[in-house]
Amino acid sequence: MMIHIDHGRIIDPANNIDRIGSVYIEGGKIVSVTDEPAGFRPDTVIDASRQIVCPGFIDLSTRLRDMGHSRKATFKSEVIAAAAAGVTTLCLQPDTVPVIDTPAVVELIKELAEKADYPQIYAVGALTQKLEGTELSSMLSLKQAGCIAVGNGNQPVKNLLILRRAMEYAASHDLLMMFRPNDFWLSNNGCAHEGAVATRYGLPSTPEAAETIALAQCLELAELTGCRVHFGQLSCKRSVIKIHQAKKYGLKISADVAIHQLHLTENDMMPFDSAYHVLPPLRTEADKQYLRKGLAGSTLNSICSDHQPHDLDAKLGAFPETEPGMSSLETLLPLMLKLVTQHAITLEQGIACLSANPARVLRLESGALTPGFSADVCIFDSELDWQVNSENWKSQGVNTPFWGQTLKGRVTHTLQAGKIIHRL
Amino acid sequence: MTDNLQLNAEGKLKHFLTIEGLSKSLLTEILDTAESFAGMSEHQVKKVPLLRGKTIVNLFFENSTRTRTTFELAATRLSADVINMNIATSATSKGESLLDTIRNLEAMFVDMFVVRHAISGAAHFIAQQTAPHISVINAGDGQHAHPTQAMLDMFTIRQLKPDFSSLRVAIIGDILHSRVARSEIQALNTLGAAEVRVIAPKTLLPAHVESLGVTVSHNLTVGLKDIDVVMMLRLQKERMSSALLPSESEYFKCFGLTEEKLKIAKPDAIVMHPGPINRGVEIDSKVADGPQSVILKQVSNGIAVRMAIMAMAMQAAPAPGRFSGIHTIPGDRHAGSLPACGIHTIPGDKGAAA
Repeated sequence: MMIHIDHGRIIDPANNIDRIGSVYIEGGKIVSVTDEPAGFRPDTVIDASRQIVCPGFIDLSTRLRDMGHSRKATFKSEVIAAAAAGVTTLCLQPDTVPVIDTPAVVELIKELAEKADYPQIYAVGALTQKLEGTELSSMLSLKQAGCIAVGNGNQPVKNLLILRRAMEYAASHDLLMMFRPNDFWLSNNGCAHEGAVATRYGLPSTPEAAETIALAQCLELAELTGCRVHFGQLSCKRSVIKIHQAKKYGLKISADVAIHQLHLTENDMMPFDSAYHVLPPLRTEADKQYLRKGLAGSTLNSICSDHQPHDLDAKLGAFPETEPGMSSLETLLPLMLKLVTQHAITLEQGIACLSANPARVLRLESGALTPGFSADVCIFDSELDWQVNSENWKSQGVNTPFWGQTLKGRVTHTLQAGKIIHRL
Repeated sequence: MTDNLQLNAEGKLKHFLTIEGLSKSLLTEILDTAESFAGMSEHQVKKVPLLRGKTIVNLFFENSTRTRTTFELAATRLSADVINMNIATSATSKGESLLDTIRNLEAMFVDMFVVRHAISGAAHFIAQQTAPHISVINAGDGQHAHPTQAMLDMFTIRQLKPDFSSLRVAIIGDILHSRVARSEIQALNTLGAAEVRVIAPKTLLPAHVESLGVTVSHNLTVGLKDIDVVMMLRLQKERMSSALLPSESEYFKCFGLTEEKLKIAKPDAIVMHPGPINRGVEIDSKVADGPQSVILKQVSNGIAVRMAIMAMAMQAAPAPGRFSGIHTIPGDRHAGSLPACGIHTIPGDKGAAA
């Protein structure tokens, strides 16, 4: 199968490319960018004129539900959403039901991924058994079964000694730890940011310190243990400052931010709208601006969707009783483009944060249009307006605060390993 | 935020969920309407037929004696049919969701829910989800709001100190967990009080409490200076076990209202408490039962104010002043001569409320 993507604006940050040209694909691999290979006879030509051609997006934090949560969403429903979002690789967080803490569950996930015709789903293995935070999981077995990293999802590790041991063990097997910093006690079952809005509405709230203290502790342990750590879904200014200092100091760490944290603040969640219930909670305008700055200055190197589809019932209730999380794959690209139009980051940075940078975090040969790499390609029209409505929406979870809004920027084609998995 | 959810298309009260977003004139209208009901309790017949044929469900997901009783009395005096449901001990404990409970009650043709719930935002949620003809009155949701308590306190204050603009009010105690405090602060600020001061240790104050429009003091003896109205809040026992306070006795020493400390406030200051009071914890018995205390007046006023709010939310309120001084009120003893009352009345029938 040969595919010729013709006359698009190719933006490939890893290879420093930004020019109008063609991408040539054969046998599921990129064979050439710009120069036509000799004897290339394409089966398919995609006209990409007035569109942007870039590496397929890599999402570092996704929930696809399924298995014990198939009422919320299934692999089948969510991979269609992922394809429509230009996402070609995604990391499944370990808090599935059952938890990803045995090779058998990893195998089950691979099977479900294959059945859904979307093979590039990487499982993040549980750091501790059943994510209970007390006993180490069989990390080596999980790695051998195909886990790309280990982590404890949103669950706390019982104490710092266990976290230290887990990080030492992960480091022994050269496993990346994905860590969402959150001190269980300080977070105090909060569902909103500890600030003026939570105070006005009497909502149980979580201070930034719940995140920054856990982050600071983990940074110390990263130095002590030598474990590679990727910090996920950071939400506040002081976390960005801590990551910046730690990187300057030379620690092997990286960090991402969920796309909604770059656009929404505590002020958007009034009054009691459960679509805005996320963890970590939406914080202040100052935090949002600093997260954007962190992205522009490469302190934060990736943007994740933090996709968490829910069934309707999960979001029907008084705010604190609803389940946290947004369905956010399909808004990923338009919200990234909005950062560009608002001059928070450049288009190249935005694409890198969704492709080359997360590939580097995961040590994947992907996230770039390098000849020989798997042909994971996203083609999008940055000017196309579309409405978030049931006609356009693919995810089974409709829990997005952007429902009904018109967004700019839409994926027209997605190729995964040279196969067209989405066409608008 | 303007909480439009609370108002109908004509800008009239539809639900009563929070003080926030309601105008000074609407709050004043509630107080004026309550005034017209206030004399009624002393009459032989304590009823008006404003809500005859209407069904009101007291939906209490949390236990309460005072609030539920005054709501029930208020509804009865408006001639509504009242059903008390203690959900704390029934349906939800069988796993039924809040929404299912509401849907089931809707199916029984009710006209109004009076809701108390332990979770902030529950009353908003019910108001958003319920059938359009049903009004929702918030009788306290989590740590968010208790707007009828705030209005009955405003009513009590106005009876004794009619000019809000000259008032300095201190709210003392567990502001962090108090829905009463949040609603009082909003009501006092909307009605134009000169100052609302909160007095508590840091552990009992929410983050950015100043953003609510209050001044802050951590010291009762300093904080009571120049105060016209002293509002005490109940201290829950579990605050000690969750490490917010060391002991009841230390709390009483620092923040308990005694006769001696009350002298720091203005000589004519009044003392209020939403109840139930913890004698010897937040307030000394001598103050609670003393001449400056208006605690029982608050309870009595609760009925008139809740009558006013229920009648207004059902668009059945009389013009202010209509019932004051009138002795012959058509009540239940005339019911037999009125058509379409009792079991024949269809809820929602406009004729029944006229």
